Amino acid sequence: MVAIADSVPKAHSRFHFILDRRDVLGSLMVAPAILYVLLLVGVPFLMAVYYSMSAYTIYNPSWSFVGLSNFVDVVENPAFRQTLYNTFIFTFGSQILGLVLGKFGALLLLRPFPGRKFVRAIIILPWAVPIALATVAWQWMFDSLYSVINWTLIALGFITRANAPNWLGNPDLAMLSIIVVNAWRFFPFAIVIFLAGITAVPQDVIDAATVDGAGFWRKNYQIIVPMILPIVAIGLVFGIVFTFTDLSIVFLMTNGGPVGATSVLGFAGFQTGITSGDVSHGAAISLFMLPVLLVVVIFMLRFIRRREI
Amino acid sequence: MARTTTVGTIARETSFYSAVVFFFVLAAFPFYWMLITSFKSNSDLYNVTNIPFWFNDPPTLEHFRYLFEKTLFTTWLLNSLIIGLVVTAITLVTALPAAYSLARMTGKNGEALGIGIFLTYLVPPTLLFLPLSRVIAILGLQNSMWALVLVYPTFTIPFCTWLLMGFFKAMPREIEEAAIVDGCSLFGAFVKMAIPLSLPGILTTVIFTFTLTLQEFVYALTFVSASDQKPITLGVATDLIRGDVFYWGEIMAGALIASIPVAIAYNLFLDRFISGITGGAVK
Repeated sequence: MVAIADSVPKAHSRFHFILDRRDVLGSLMVAPAILYVLLLVGVPFLMAVYYSMSAYTIYNPSWSFVGLSNFVDVVENPAFRQTLYNTFIFTFGSQILGLVLGKFGALLLLRPFPGRKFVRAIIILPWAVPIALATVAWQWMFDSLYSVINWTLIALGFITRANAPNWLGNPDLAMLSIIVVNAWRFFPFAIVIFLAGITAVPQDVIDAATVDGAGFWRKNYQIIVPMILPIVAIGLVFGIVFTFTDLSIVFLMTNGGPVGATSVLGFAGFQTGITSGDVSHGAAISLFMLPVLLVVVIFMLRFIRRREI
Repeated sequence: MARTTTVGTIARETSFYSAVVFFFVLAAFPFYWMLITSFKSNSDLYNVTNIPFWFNDPPTLEHFRYLFEKTLFTTWLLNSLIIGLVVTAITLVTALPAAYSLARMTGKNGEALGIGIFLTYLVPPTLLFLPLSRVIAILGLQNSMWALVLVYPTFTIPFCTWLLMGFFKAMPREIEEAAIVDGCSLFGAFVKMAIPLSLPGILTTVIFTFTLTLQEFVYALTFVSASDQKPITLGVATDLIRGDVFYWGEIMAGALIASIPVAIAYNLFLDRFISGITGGAVK
């Protein structure tokens, strides 16, 4: 009886003693987050790699190892090579367009004018609103019959109803359309990133340059741009990763069509792995994203390290 | 001389404001289009001779009525609310201590570990959905919104840990040290001092976790095909189509309703969001 009564406070204090060690408590506090991410990102990632080298389909869930033959099948398929090419066009086309729009938009919003806050609030919308919902609005704007864009072009006399473009039905126009929608979705993010960068440039640096006789372009490209480059680089990393791996715009607007003209990696992985149930080939297609992701990650790590020195 | 300056100023002002108008229209038009479509009668919508930018027939609530009475829209709203709340709870319980620990207790390793966790945020759903759908099948969660509750923390935890790390780092250490000197345990200092002081950061985290779950599309599309289990974004985008017929009025009405809260949240918390993701790249 006495022994029990004695041991309780002792255990209690020992427990407390351990919890008061910074490293022990620190590890305990970080463990749940790490475990969650390890179990549901780390393990599935390894599974994806194994799938890509197995013969696994939903009809034949065997785990037999087939080496790199899935990758060979995938690369030999001309439709896949088209998809890979499309993914790069889609990513870089929309990022460049988004960055150009973002830079100009930021320069505009830098200057005070009446109603600036309201204009900024509206300009943020394309990035804030769930992309799937904005995409269906664009799909409706590109409708083959009731397109408001075509209606306007006809009313302005640029085209006639007989030769009105079918935006999502023509291979080149469909690619252009998804690039425009994705650039539209990202340019507010680019504006915000540019603004955050520019406002962080100390005013005295700019003043000093002005005193030394630097003109507008010189100030812009030799002082401001190099100083905001780190923050812009982070924004670009986000843009590239999320565009390169996305499928929602393509899935909703064109469904990869017409005849594969807008199929991108994420979409092709979904079509093959989920819709058709050919998990192993789907995983192989998705894994083609990895080199690009790795490059981006290495770039980011080097960038973070350089910042710390 | 004075006159040329005035002409020059007017020309510059005109081009400035036309550029502002261009950006405004570019950003706003699709939402205006949602708004006007959702209040138009079908006979007005599907008549190519009508001017599409304004009402040719009187505005109508028929699309909203149909949406709420004849579709699963309210179920999707509720699903999204439940998913958002549970995911936010899971995220806070795991990310809050993790962020504090990485910012305060684990030193140099914590920094590296924090970057490691953040990088998992960049692992795309389109790489993980195949194995995760297997995991979900094993757990018996296929075709259920609880699959999304399980999976969404894989991106909200990394994101929010990173966001909160920034908040804790910006907080002066002396406050907790004073609490410890006064007899508080380490964990007590975290609960009694750090958490109350970082409430603005926690609020930002809650808002962004919620909006991240609303914005997500790929996992929802992959794991949930039963109509009554869909979250709102997926339901509106994929479930208001019968065969080849798009219910444009209803789709736009639903998209509008789902967009408004996210739009408001982003505008209110934008600055904190930006300083969070750039992780102090600019000081």
